[in-house]
Amino acid sequence: MSRLTAKFDALRAAKRKALVPYIVAGDPDMERTLPLMHKLVEQGADILELGVPFSDPMAEGPTIQLAHERALVHAVSLSGILELVTEFRRHDQDTPVVLMGYANPVERMGYDGFAERAGRAGVDGVLIVDMPPEEAEPLNEALARHELDNIFLLAPTTTDERIAKVAGLAGGYIYCVSLKGVTGAGNIDVDQVQKLMQRIQAHTDLPVTVGFGIKNAETATRVAVCCDGVVVGSALVEAVASAEKNGTDVLEATTLIRDIRHALDAISR
Amino acid sequence: MAKAVDKAIDYASFPDKRGHFGPYGGRFVSETLMCALDELEAAYQRLKNDKDFQAEFDQDLAQYVGRPSPLYLAERWSRETGGAQIYLKREDLNHTGAHKVNNTIGQALLAKHMGKKRIIAETGAGQHGVASATVAARLGMSCHVFMGEEDVHRQALNVYRMKLLGAEVIPVKSGSRTLKDAMNEAMRDWVTNVDDTFYIIGTVAGPHPYPQLVRDFQSIIGREARAQCLEQTGRLPDALVACVGGGSNAIGLFHPFLNDESVAMYGVEAGGYGVETGQHAAPLSAGTPGVLHGNRTYLMQDDNGQIIHTHSVSAGLDYPGVGPEHAWLKDIGRAEYVSVNDDEALTAFRELTLVEGIMPALESSHALAYAKKLARSLDKDKTIIINLSGRGDKDIHTVAQIDGIQLT
Repeated sequence: MSRLTAKFDALRAAKRKALVPYIVAGDPDMERTLPLMHKLVEQGADILELGVPFSDPMAEGPTIQLAHERALVHAVSLSGILELVTEFRRHDQDTPVVLMGYANPVERMGYDGFAERAGRAGVDGVLIVDMPPEEAEPLNEALARHELDNIFLLAPTTTDERIAKVAGLAGGYIYCVSLKGVTGAGNIDVDQVQKLMQRIQAHTDLPVTVGFGIKNAETATRVAVCCDGVVVGSALVEAVASAEKNGTDVLEATTLIRDIRHALDAISR
Repeated sequence: MAKAVDKAIDYASFPDKRGHFGPYGGRFVSETLMCALDELEAAYQRLKNDKDFQAEFDQDLAQYVGRPSPLYLAERWSRETGGAQIYLKREDLNHTGAHKVNNTIGQALLAKHMGKKRIIAETGAGQHGVASATVAARLGMSCHVFMGEEDVHRQALNVYRMKLLGAEVIPVKSGSRTLKDAMNEAMRDWVTNVDDTFYIIGTVAGPHPYPQLVRDFQSIIGREARAQCLEQTGRLPDALVACVGGGSNAIGLFHPFLNDESVAMYGVEAGGYGVETGQHAAPLSAGTPGVLHGNRTYLMQDDNGQIIHTHSVSAGLDYPGVGPEHAWLKDIGRAEYVSVNDDEALTAFRELTLVEGIMPALESSHALAYAKKLARSLDKDKTIIINLSGRGDKDIHTVAQIDGIQLT
């Protein structure tokens, strides 16, 4: 059983919601990303999404764009990130790690070489933002050979027909985009998320996490009631950036995750 | 010359149903845009064979753009060059001064038929932005143009033209602050306002169906040139030459000739300071395949798959990717891709101005510079058609600056 499936089974059995923080690998630098990952787990993260920086992050809002730019100043590469995950696994064999990024760095490494190295490093899932199912077959095959889950996005604009198609290909969990827009947008509409969740759940039993626009305990709990987990990205990346800017410890940024954890556990009971 | 090509290929049948030209093209976008692209594709498939839509497009091209554009024999320049007869396809004479308007007229009509009220566009040199603002003004639609902050400074004239036309120009401050970043930002706007917004992409790149529909709208250039050449010379040309940034003017000229085996084709990329310096915008000449802006194509990228900075004296060619159909034509050998550096393009700019009284855009000057070398290698009874894709007025500030002259 994959680490992701095991994690969601355990969460469902305990009637808890998954908390999935997203950080950009190499922001503010690679040395601090590793302790940040461990600290996030300590504060209650169930799964870690590691952003792979790209020069042209088309789906990101300004906060995460800047984080990609900061990481690229240190020439953070996909190879370096796989080494980072290898390091992480030396002390944590339980927390699933998902790489989230854009197609080109993976294309450049080659699908099979990437999947093989990612599997060996201890990566559990891969979410390529600009690779919809129509283009994903060769990558899917490579990931399947190395027992990695391919995680797909579903959006408010996705038709039922496409939901069915994605449900057939997806592994691990489905990432439901809460709104029409980029990461960190402020226009989350919980009613709309609920309607989308109903459409998704009609087609699949896979766990569904919701992301984009979840900023704090309040938005997290409002969304979490209708799904299996929440992804917190821009708000956390912003907290890391301000800690760095103010010269405080970036690990302090993880208190946001602790607060959201407490709030999520309160509604689960 | 072009390599031997598999004769079984019918170029008109590409791309395939999912938008692929061999391994290139496709639809690499986030899920939110997939339905918008499906909707666009369905509308385009319906309208492209609709007689009324085509009649409306043709009428706009004739009465608003001023088509057909002339095919002009540059007699004096051909004589002084010594070699093949050089013909210029005068896209510079179109309304707004470049080939870009052929496409914006077509896409704006699509937008109108799809009931969209708001237009967005990206622009580098500003020509596509101006052409988009122009059609938006005419159809009474709002228009937002994304332009890299760097380009906003070097193309101040076109920025003001867009404003006069009622468009809002949004300077893009992310990444390298040029055309590629403007395209990222336009995609971000589209994903946010996908219900009411039509994204007019200015070149034959982007996710399917853009490379196909932009090519189809621009193919009027090649269809006219083919008929005009047959009428004026009694036969097909021996070679076609066009500059390639994203590649819309080149594909517009090339596409109607692709099944004519005897016609050689040369796409001319921006060599910047020289391809050997690494500071250029010539992905087909010196790049590798990858995925950017919704399609798989040749890119300027590093070993980690990050897109690298480009350089060209002409803002319109300053782009790290290229249309997927060009990537495919290169691989199968149907077209040849070469590069011309900044200095060679500037020389051609001055020469055509002095010898023919035609001031070309710096983009088109790349095609002129290569065509001159090509013409010299050919006999006098051969003919070359160059796509003179735009006029040079917009570049006067750039040229004056190089000459050390301050224009007020």
